[in-house]
Amino acid sequence: MSRKDTRTRNVTASGKAAASNKLTRRGFMAASAAGAAAAAFNFPTPALAQSAPFKLGLLTVKTGPLAQGGIQMEQGVITWLKAHDYKMAGRKVDFISADTGGKPAGTKTKAQELVERDKVDVILGPLAAFELLAITDYVRDHKIPTLSLAGADDITQRRPNPYFLRPSASSSQAMQPMGHYAATEMGKKKAISIDFDFAFGYEQQGGFQAAFEKDGGCVLNKLWAPLGTPDYTPYLAQMTGCDVICQGFAGSGPIAFMKQYANFGLKFPVVTGETGGDDALLHAFGDEAVGMINCAPYTLDLETDTNKKFAQAMVKNFNTVPGFYAAGLYVNCDIVDAGLKATDGKTDDKEKFMAALKAVKLKDTPRGPISFDHLGNVVGSFYIRRIEKAKNDYGLKLWNKTVKTYDNVSQFWTWPEKEFLSHPVYSRNYPALKKC
Amino acid sequence: MTARLAVFIIAIMALVTLPQWMHGVYYVNVASQILFYAVFALGLNVLAGYAGLVSLGHAGLFGISAYATGYMLNLGYSHSVAIATALSIGMVSMAIYAVLSLRATGIGFIMITLALGEIVWGLAYRWISITGGDNGINLHGRPEPFGIALTSPNAFYYAALIVFLIALAVMTVFVRSPLGAALMGTRDQPRRMTALGYHVWLIRFFACMLSGLLTSIAGILFVYYNQFISPQALDLTASAEVLLMVISGGAGTLLGPIVGSTLVVVVKSVVSGYIERWNFLLGAIFVAIVILMPEGLVPGTVRLWRAAFARRRPGPVVEATEKAS
Repeated sequence: MSRKDTRTRNVTASGKAAASNKLTRRGFMAASAAGAAAAAFNFPTPALAQSAPFKLGLLTVKTGPLAQGGIQMEQGVITWLKAHDYKMAGRKVDFISADTGGKPAGTKTKAQELVERDKVDVILGPLAAFELLAITDYVRDHKIPTLSLAGADDITQRRPNPYFLRPSASSSQAMQPMGHYAATEMGKKKAISIDFDFAFGYEQQGGFQAAFEKDGGCVLNKLWAPLGTPDYTPYLAQMTGCDVICQGFAGSGPIAFMKQYANFGLKFPVVTGETGGDDALLHAFGDEAVGMINCAPYTLDLETDTNKKFAQAMVKNFNTVPGFYAAGLYVNCDIVDAGLKATDGKTDDKEKFMAALKAVKLKDTPRGPISFDHLGNVVGSFYIRRIEKAKNDYGLKLWNKTVKTYDNVSQFWTWPEKEFLSHPVYSRNYPALKKC
Repeated sequence: MTARLAVFIIAIMALVTLPQWMHGVYYVNVASQILFYAVFALGLNVLAGYAGLVSLGHAGLFGISAYATGYMLNLGYSHSVAIATALSIGMVSMAIYAVLSLRATGIGFIMITLALGEIVWGLAYRWISITGGDNGINLHGRPEPFGIALTSPNAFYYAALIVFLIALAVMTVFVRSPLGAALMGTRDQPRRMTALGYHVWLIRFFACMLSGLLTSIAGILFVYYNQFISPQALDLTASAEVLLMVISGGAGTLLGPIVGSTLVVVVKSVVSGYIERWNFLLGAIFVAIVILMPEGLVPGTVRLWRAAFARRRPGPVVEATEKAS
């Protein structure tokens, strides 16, 4: 049901088949055959009148291993648009969703499609850090405001892009409070971390290690598993002599890891970040995940009307509870809407529009209050949650219960910006392991 | 022959005037992509089509020259130095590839090239000081041959078109040359070729080098087009994709790889905007090709066309068309 809905929206949004709202398989064959031909008759956009629709582009991943989060991203945007009658600051919204396939070259092509063919005013997405890195120069050259939840710390740190905003969290942002919490409130001293062997993993674990060691902890060892590995046994065997495990897996990784971790008989408490304890994974976790502590920029149990409305709309529209990806994109829409209101719906002066977006401060979004630092990264609340078997409104067996909220968390955690930026970006070897 | 020439001239005219009749820069960019993927597929076709040596590691080679270009540019070298270095490194890598993998043919060759491709992918992923690891290499600017900046989509399209036409001309000459004939001989009857006094290994090695040259050129065009290179561009899927371009279009034909690359790029970039399950569509098209035209789109179409033609007018006409070809 949800899929059909999504697809219908795609078609109307792309404007080519606005006449028909249904896409049958046969209809598609004709459409695809005509695709190339239609290209030739693609009319140039007329000069923007004030009433012209606002064009909102989304780069997401709907095929391949990252699709689970990517589809949630699209669902978040559609939920926002449905709740606001497809209008932003009084202008009608044309929503165009593009599937990058999770590859940098595909992301570049799709970004070109959105910018050059569909003339979008704003890009939401992409999902993965390497996708974002492939288009960061392109969106800057074309002055297209881009709001993404991709990690890639340096895009808001050492290689800032003035046309980029990250309203979710940098890769290390949630892990820093997590490290602090593990060292102080949990009183842990020795950690072993494990993550996928790619930049997002390095940055997550770098943030955890830096914050954990700042407060007196020590990371004994950092383990790296190949992206998407099915078997964690060789790494589980190395987990000895510690009192806490920090995992940072994404996608379906956390589910497989926690199962094997429990089967291996390990009992150390596990902490993780926004992808490892995502609310959208709660239905897939088993009892082995009970007690896992995680830190996330969005929490399903945030007791505000805005969040409840959003979560209920997600359940109604797509029969699924929102996680970090859907909420992230919903908040992105809130920001675009607020920025557009600040410029009275005008987007022709791109610098002004971008400045308005960056100046947006919202008190009430599904993830709580947010604003941006001067580099375009979010400053907002981060929630430490504990997975429990608790009653909830959505019929889930497990539930993320917030145990502590850190307000106004910046990407620099408690370090002064200058000191933080003088270090290299978190990597496989930075911070280096100390002798404990 | 004249009909063929007319079609050829019309096709060239259509390609040259494409930015004029194609509405929107986006489609010009898609056309540029088709062109450099076609050069890549032409390169692989030398091995997979004419030499009968199927390589599953060509994306690695493609990536080596792309990374070399990006790395040299980021060190501050000029475009010409970067391109020359990238081509040399690409050729040297191909020579190493060839020496290692030409010890075998058939499945052995596939497995060795697959392993080599994965090694290059692993290096790109892990040799972070050179490749930037997962974050890849960003580069800035495109070259300005003869003072013409290739930054605009149209200028880049023409540059890609010129390279593509040269590559096609080289392939045409090569296939019709004695060396080309000898290469096809080593594909069909290697033992007989040896008995006739041909140095089969050397002929295959030369084919590898030509393939490597075209692949490197395509890699350089790719990195200039995307302004970005990361390990995803050289993984196994990328190698398989270009092999599918060659096989679906028709391995061992001049036009096959071009048709195949057009098919894949159009489905990937254009059709995916209209259908969510474009991977499925691409798969279905490949299955249909394998069932209906196992020899590939180009030879398959020619075969069906002739069959239809022969049924209507049997007799000497068939011979005439065959002679003309």
